[in-house]
Amino acid sequence: MRRKTLTDRVALFGHSAIEAVAILGRSTLFLFHALFGRSTSGGGFQLLVKQLYSVGVMSLAIVVVSGMFIGMVLALQGFSILSKYGSAQATGQMVALTLLRELGPVVTALLFAGRAGSALTAEIGNMKSTEQLSSLEMIGVDPLKHIAAPRLWAGFVSLPVLALIFSVVGIWGGSWVAIDWLGVYSGSFWANMQNSVTFNTDVLNGVIKSVVFAFVVTWIAVFQGYDCEPTSEGISRATTKTVVYASLAVLGLDFILTALMFGDF
Amino acid sequence: MQNRTLEVGVGLFLLAGILALLLLALRVSGLAATPSADTYKLYAYFDNIAGLTVRAKVSMAGVTIGKVTAIDLDRDNFTGRVTMQVDKKVDNLPIDSTASILTAGLLGEKYVGISVGGDDKLLTNGGTIHDTQSSLVLEDLIGKFLLNSVGKDAKDAK
Repeated sequence: MRRKTLTDRVALFGHSAIEAVAILGRSTLFLFHALFGRSTSGGGFQLLVKQLYSVGVMSLAIVVVSGMFIGMVLALQGFSILSKYGSAQATGQMVALTLLRELGPVVTALLFAGRAGSALTAEIGNMKSTEQLSSLEMIGVDPLKHIAAPRLWAGFVSLPVLALIFSVVGIWGGSWVAIDWLGVYSGSFWANMQNSVTFNTDVLNGVIKSVVFAFVVTWIAVFQGYDCEPTSEGISRATTKTVVYASLAVLGLDFILTALMFGDF
Repeated sequence: MQNRTLEVGVGLFLLAGILALLLLALRVSGLAATPSADTYKLYAYFDNIAGLTVRAKVSMAGVTIGKVTAIDLDRDNFTGRVTMQVDKKVDNLPIDSTASILTAGLLGEKYVGISVGGDDKLLTNGGTIHDTQSSLVLEDLIGKFLLNSVGKDAKDAK
């Protein structure tokens, strides 16, 4: 192999830049076609229910268990710091605000990318490599509508629901540790929480965050599956990409969203 | 049959989500101030309520017996009017009881503390506590302290 000249390197660099722009365009077109294209096959609702089950309900266990442990850890850490300043009753406020504003949406989105996103990518990639997608096209069924759209919608619906459940279970776990174990007075635990948490700014902003994350994570997962190289190596690479890109996108977007929502001091 | 379990599972999942949102709204953010039937209203006028918030607790001997439901300004006397809801079980407060705004710990939240009086007449629904002690404002305290020491210095100089 001959040594690359400077012009070759510049050309390679340009080529990869053009490829990145092309992927962005391809994924956007893919999303529009899948969501807004005209439906050709019936039974869309049944497909959606099936996907909601495999994407949402099957992710429930991991979300509930990790939510409970995170709430418990938050209560422990919060108590150990706050009790030094004699304000252990603020533990409830800390647990609830941390979960609702940050950890609920973000950790659920990360878990969702690992649990459901990678599965979506692998499943669609496998369909592509075994030529199920092209067979569907051949019998006149649009794979975008039949395969991609129900999975996208299922992801959009499931993640916000999962994030809400995560927060509730986390707060419950935190209250269990703080009240029953560490002996914080339950009245001031809940009163402090209710005083500081407001529905519009904290709960609703958390829901908005999780809706945005749902959109991004599901989009990345389904598109990576649809766009992967139809080989076993290509599928594994696409699955890795899904988890890496989705996690990075969630963490980056979280900063931007937080700055927009809570940044006006 | 397979489809049926799927549908029920998804339905339960979405219901759990709605329930979670409801719990967050009612239990965690206290969105609906449910006026429970077994409470009665009391008013108290304070010169300065600085720092007291709605939903702060009303306590007596360290036990929480109610909460603050509204805070507004009395236009005629320029005092802060605090509306409290007190548990019906504690319906034997004498009419000359004292209400004071206290702080939980050095940096903690403000709450209303009620100390009992000795009168035979009792506070009823809509009654007013006349004997009140305002919120302790640190700035005022520092101001008074400074003024005192300045006054002392002037005296000493004479």
